[in-house]
Amino acid sequence: MKTLRHLLVKEFKQIFRNKMMLLIIFVAPVLQLLILPLAADFEIKNINIAIVDHDHSPISRQLRSKIEFSNYFKLVSVSDSYAYGLHQIEKDKADLILEIPRGFEANLYRENKQSLFLAVNAINGVKAGVGGGYLSRIITDFNREIQSKSGFNSRNSSIPTIEISSTNWFNSNLDYQTFMVPGILVLLVTMIGAYMCTLNIVKEKEVGTIEQINVTPIKKYQFILGKLIPFWIIGMVVFSVGLFVVARLIYGIIPVGSLFILYAFLGLYLIAVIGIGLLLSTVANNQQQAMSLAFFFMMIFILMGGLFTTIDSMPNWAQWISKFNPVTYFIDVNRMVMMKGSGFADLKYHFLKMLGFAIFFNVWAVLNYRKRV
Amino acid sequence: MKQLFAFIKKEFYHVFRDWKTSLLLFGLPVIQIVLFGFALSNEVKNTKIVVCDYAKDAGSQRIIQMLEISNNFEIEKAVMDEKAIEKTFKEGKIKLALLIPAHFSEDLTHLNKAQIRIIADASDPNLATTLTNYVTSIIMGYQKELIGNMTIPLQINPEIRMLYNPELKGATNFVPGVMALVLLLVCVLMTSVSIVKEKEMGTMEVLLVSPLHPFRVIIAKALPYLVLSIINLSVIILLSVTLLGLQINGSLLLLFGISILFILCALSIGLLISNITQSQQIAMLISLLGMLLPTLLLTGFMFPVENMPIALQWISNIVPSKWYYIMIKSIMIKGLGFSAIWKETLILFGMTCFLFFMSIKKFKIRLA
Repeated sequence: MKTLRHLLVKEFKQIFRNKMMLLIIFVAPVLQLLILPLAADFEIKNINIAIVDHDHSPISRQLRSKIEFSNYFKLVSVSDSYAYGLHQIEKDKADLILEIPRGFEANLYRENKQSLFLAVNAINGVKAGVGGGYLSRIITDFNREIQSKSGFNSRNSSIPTIEISSTNWFNSNLDYQTFMVPGILVLLVTMIGAYMCTLNIVKEKEVGTIEQINVTPIKKYQFILGKLIPFWIIGMVVFSVGLFVVARLIYGIIPVGSLFILYAFLGLYLIAVIGIGLLLSTVANNQQQAMSLAFFFMMIFILMGGLFTTIDSMPNWAQWISKFNPVTYFIDVNRMVMMKGSGFADLKYHFLKMLGFAIFFNVWAVLNYRKRV
Repeated sequence: MKQLFAFIKKEFYHVFRDWKTSLLLFGLPVIQIVLFGFALSNEVKNTKIVVCDYAKDAGSQRIIQMLEISNNFEIEKAVMDEKAIEKTFKEGKIKLALLIPAHFSEDLTHLNKAQIRIIADASDPNLATTLTNYVTSIIMGYQKELIGNMTIPLQINPEIRMLYNPELKGATNFVPGVMALVLLLVCVLMTSVSIVKEKEMGTMEVLLVSPLHPFRVIIAKALPYLVLSIINLSVIILLSVTLLGLQINGSLLLLFGISILFILCALSIGLLISNITQSQQIAMLISLLGMLLPTLLLTGFMFPVENMPIALQWISNIVPSKWYYIMIKSIMIKGLGFSAIWKETLILFGMTCFLFFMSIKKFKIRLA
């Protein structure tokens, strides 16, 4: 016990002595938490539209002003040449083109049916889908207005209508930040656990001080605990700063569920993630290797963890892999507790699995740690 | 010249001897292409929804059938009240509930009007919106089926054409992003760390007292990473064409030319970082936080830049990879020529010159 205490004192002195490191440990997460949720906004708005109007009729003008006054679109140009519109897309000035064909109004009244042409820049498939969808909806609305003006009303006629009412629970404003912040908190503690801890040990290897530790009677598990505990505490502190200072004051996010459950899971998760760090540090010989390995695995863990894209939409093999990814579970738990207020009964399997990860990685790390160089 | 060559050879040995670092250098592009290409998507499929069918009549059966045919969902049938729905949402398995009230078909045929409720778990707002839209459009499809051949006057019919990427594949958007990311990683992170490492280990002194001009020492350091970057670039392009079926619409020569300009820019950043830092940890953190994160966030390959606050949009202008990303998209996907991207090229060229000049200015021959 006494040995462990000495080791801990040494670690904390080393960490607090390095002012630059301290700055990075505490300022970087806060900065990230400030910038990431603002940047990671998938909500699609401000779609730039170029209108190509070959018709110049009252109807085409009405449609134009309806689009202009919708909140989704920004009209960048109106012309009567498709080539000009396409050029706007090539220059990234416009995201989509609406082409109103010649004789649109006249043909609409004569044939009761007319087409409008949309050309969407689909390099970003999601944005294209949403933009095209918005515009179609506006056109449908516009269509209904024209129909009712001409005396046709679908509501009073004998046409069966289904009224759909939709409610959004837990996040009724569909606010993207309340969704992102819990996920980014996970990202931050993961980085601390995996990077800082790995680099810390490997630096001792590289500088040679690990040999001094190896020749003392310090036991393997004591050494591992001596590294695990300081970073566990730092992880806890960083998470708390993120949760109580940044999330609450800046984003106004207050967890719906129990803080006790959140912290219990965090504690377990940190042990698991630091275990991964410890394991990597037993494999790497120098800092460059440690960083490469940590970066390689963390990149995969984080991308596959459901932070930016849902796991439901992954193919089966990828969903299977993400079952072995501790990051997945913590992102899930964090969102469930903070947004929906899920309780222990809902999360018991998450707890069990995380306990499994924690034991597995740490035991492997202890076994893999050699007191020889 | 012979000396320089010997130095370059030494650096290559350094890089290739170390399989753990090589794992990152060569594994990352492959893994990223595979992950982004096959595993990660914003498409919604296989999401579990629950249908609470209180009606159990022809109409509700037909709607459930249509939902099943669409293949977007995994459908569970259970009659639940709001409390039970909330409970299943909290367990997290089910993301949407569709409530069809009793006498659904009866109301629809006799009163010409019936209601359906959708309740979505909006903790993931985008998923909730997408699912609601899917379900709504399927119900609308059912309504259209009922209406059948009744004529509706004055129909306007929007015809949508998707330019450049008709199948709405994600690859067109992320491949240029992955290219920027990997090139930065190799050039900035690896280069800066490998130079600072020599400082930290004390071997820099040995290099500086060697008969080779200090400037050439640095060139020898950077060259292997230039070669590596070009290899990585080719691997990414090859994989995107063969594995993801992406077409290169523009000139391959221009693509490589612009990429080499970007690599030079990134190498200058790497040199600059290595010249102003004394420890590997700091060099790594600066490259990770200062270069990789902004690239991931502000180039627009993961998140749309136009949604961001104005301040961030401004900052994005000084991130070199943003310009590279724009150019690569123009060349690779839109198939445009040099005349369309000369402005961006000029900006990137200016940045490169500035960074290169700065890194030379900060370069010290003497050790502290």
